[in-house]
Amino acid sequence: MSEEQIKSLEKQFEARIARDEKIEPKDWMPEKYRKTHIRQISQHAHSEIVGMLPEGNWITRAPSLRRKVALLAKVQDEAGHGLYLYSACETLGISREELYEQLHTGKAKYSSIFNYPTVTWADMGAIGWLVDGAAIINQVPLCSTSYGPYARAMIRVCKEESFHQRQGFEIMLKLANGSPEQKDMAQDALNRWWWPSLMMLGPTDAESVHTEQSMKWKLKRKSNDDLRQQFIDQTVPQAELLGLTIPDEDLKWNEEKGCYDFGEIDWDEFWQVVKGHGPCNKKRMQDRVGAWEGGAWVRDAAMAYADKQQDKKEKQAV
Amino acid sequence: MKKNWPLWEVFVRSKNGLEHRHFGSLHAADEQMALENARDVYTRRSEGVSIWVVESKHITASNPENNGELFEPAHDKVYRHPTFYDLPDEVKHM
Repeated sequence: MSEEQIKSLEKQFEARIARDEKIEPKDWMPEKYRKTHIRQISQHAHSEIVGMLPEGNWITRAPSLRRKVALLAKVQDEAGHGLYLYSACETLGISREELYEQLHTGKAKYSSIFNYPTVTWADMGAIGWLVDGAAIINQVPLCSTSYGPYARAMIRVCKEESFHQRQGFEIMLKLANGSPEQKDMAQDALNRWWWPSLMMLGPTDAESVHTEQSMKWKLKRKSNDDLRQQFIDQTVPQAELLGLTIPDEDLKWNEEKGCYDFGEIDWDEFWQVVKGHGPCNKKRMQDRVGAWEGGAWVRDAAMAYADKQQDKKEKQAV
Repeated sequence: MKKNWPLWEVFVRSKNGLEHRHFGSLHAADEQMALENARDVYTRRSEGVSIWVVESKHITASNPENNGELFEPAHDKVYRHPTFYDLPDEVKHM
């Protein structure tokens, strides 16, 4: 194709998105659109998969059967969300094996929040309430993104996600109204998860490299700073309801702007964790790669069995 | 021996009376595993009463580049729609 033809196709393509038309897998798309979507959707899928690890830690230690079935169901949902997203990503012409390879070699990123440890039961509450809360704010606008398979996967994900946040909040509520030790545990979890949750919504607009193009493609519908503000404004009253204190001395209601002012985020910490120096980066990848490699013989055996059955069927047919 | 699990497309009937609808895809070694995985991945909240799985390589799809010759001929056949026909108002329901 000549450069001129590509330019004209690109123009038509941008116009389709501007008209709110969806792009489907076999449609022509600019290479950059394909690459950006593979990057974002796979990053999202990897986050769901790695996100199971910090919570998996507490399934066997859940304080009651009620909590255990809920946590188990939540972790299973995350596996499901990872799978919806991987298959959406594969429609862009990349194989599942390549996607795993990128995760396992560190070429692809996943959400940095999962590189923090889950040291007490209250962390299950804080993750559901704050981490899933921030994830929902990030994800809801993606239900109307331009790439059809991604938008459809996000609609399913968002439908299932609200149970995650509610179960987390319920855990916090129970602890916050429990013994002084339990309340301390809830406060401690909030202290540790608050700032990383704010970081989850991404670098500040001034630092964000992909925003403009992503807005055009509806991969992003609101800027990181707007999403962060929305998260803070909705979460502060919930903390008050719990009787817990958000660990930010500069947090206060700004009457004039009609939203909360908040303190400086430690972006050095954010970039350190992104670059692999968070408290659990190595452990997460070890566990993930270990599970994949440890399961190889099962996958091979299942395939060998399937091939054998197929052979048998064919021989019988002759 | 290294062979990856093939890709399957999943169709789910959400309740009797409705058609099966494409829900997504997944990897599985054979059709039985594809059905079981489809149940776990796509119907965790009673979303279906029946599942079809078909290996993706068996699906033949039209190419959007040919949409013109495939679908445009229908655009100028307005006489296939009831509103094309002029009837007096006295004919109330037809």
